[in-house]
Amino acid sequence: MAKGEPLIVLDGVNKWFGPLHVLDDVSLSVGRGEVVVVIGPSGSGKSTLCRTINRLEPITSGTITFDGQPLPAEGKALARLRSEVGMVFQSFNLFAHKTILENVTLGPIKVRKEKPAAARERGLALLDRVGIANQADKYPAQLSGGQQQRAAIARALAMQPKAMLFDEPTSALDPEMVGEVLDVMTSLASEGMTMVVVTHEMGFARHAANRVIFMADGQLVEDAPPAEFFANPRSERAKDFLSKILTH
Amino acid sequence: MNVLIDRFDVFAGGFWLTLQICVLAATGALVLGAVVAVMRISPVPPLRAVGTGYVNVFRNMPLTVVMFFAAFGLPALGSNADFLRIPGLDAIFSRLGTDLPYFRFALIALVLYTAAFVCEALRSGVNAVPAGQAEAARSLGLTFGQNLRYVVLPQSWKASVVPLGSVIIAMIKNSALAGFFGVVGDLSATADQLTGAEGYAFIPVAIGISIGYLIMTVPLGALLDRIEKRQAVAR
Repeated sequence: MAKGEPLIVLDGVNKWFGPLHVLDDVSLSVGRGEVVVVIGPSGSGKSTLCRTINRLEPITSGTITFDGQPLPAEGKALARLRSEVGMVFQSFNLFAHKTILENVTLGPIKVRKEKPAAARERGLALLDRVGIANQADKYPAQLSGGQQQRAAIARALAMQPKAMLFDEPTSALDPEMVGEVLDVMTSLASEGMTMVVVTHEMGFARHAANRVIFMADGQLVEDAPPAEFFANPRSERAKDFLSKILTH
Repeated sequence: MNVLIDRFDVFAGGFWLTLQICVLAATGALVLGAVVAVMRISPVPPLRAVGTGYVNVFRNMPLTVVMFFAAFGLPALGSNADFLRIPGLDAIFSRLGTDLPYFRFALIALVLYTAAFVCEALRSGVNAVPAGQAEAARSLGLTFGQNLRYVVLPQSWKASVVPLGSVIIAMIKNSALAGFFGVVGDLSATADQLTGAEGYAFIPVAIGISIGYLIMTVPLGALLDRIEKRQAVAR
């Protein structure tokens, strides 16, 4: 587990949903502290790619390695691995029957067996960090979308993960709430968190990413630093995509 | 209608025995049904297969046939269901401990049959919880058991409780079959005794027995309505 060794490695990953080839021989490695943004048209397999990394989506063939270990099969070992990979969903998925603070402390208390008092203290600090400490005792339905998503980020961070996966974290938000979530993500990125971010926010990709991955039809089409990708996309597919989203 | 007053003790005895069957069978069916439901939603394919097989068999077989298997099949296999002679419990439910095994046989049949429906009622509640809740719990590293206990089940009760109540009400009515499989003196067998052996007119006896079942089922239904209303407010 040398420092230079990549944290996440996908090698020849294929995934079929019935007759649909959603991931077509995808190989990718993400180094420690690297921020990789995955973009592409809808249906290109980018969300599936993100979800295979903590095995929420099992793959058909190929290998995925996290921190030097191949992903284990369903069971205790997989649960342990998942506890080290934070995940943020498009639809937040905060536990609806628990308060914001309980959402943040459930993992530390039940999975990491931390003392409730210590978990609470750290949970409050994390909520403070994402700017919603005053919402700690409310239920998710009482918060705005942006606040819920920041709570979800705090919940993932409470596990002190080695990497964070973001599956379109701002796609379900009203436009004026996108910024507050991206701010939190940008500060995480600048602190050296390893991140895989599926998003349509090109601004975030430009500013915060070390690399941009462009996917289309289940294939990884381009893999380049953001400046290079946005200035000179190599493939026709990427040029076409960028021309459509950047003209407005 | 004098039979209702003159033979009140017979009705009351029948009511008491049927209530005993129902309390025991409901408890057993809820426990077994919960186990089967957990199997059916578990991530382990063989467990899922066993759970699904169980539901397919017992939900699709007439209760009468299950009762036949219990009352005639178990003795043929040399069992008197003696494992149900639970010390302590048979002090309250005296029929559990008798030498005549038919109370125990009827109980087994009722539990096996009802558990399949309990399983499906619980599962429908679990399915009503958005998939993202369980996904978020898994992505935090919660195990399957923790996921059920802390995230999914607390949210699934809401959707389970009404269908579960219907299953138990159906079970109370189904328990009337026990009297035809050797259980002496339950509410339905009371009809047989009073009209057949003692020659009372059928209709008053049937009314008396119906009242006995209604005393058990109507309050249960009312309780469920209350729970449902309270949930509607909470939403």
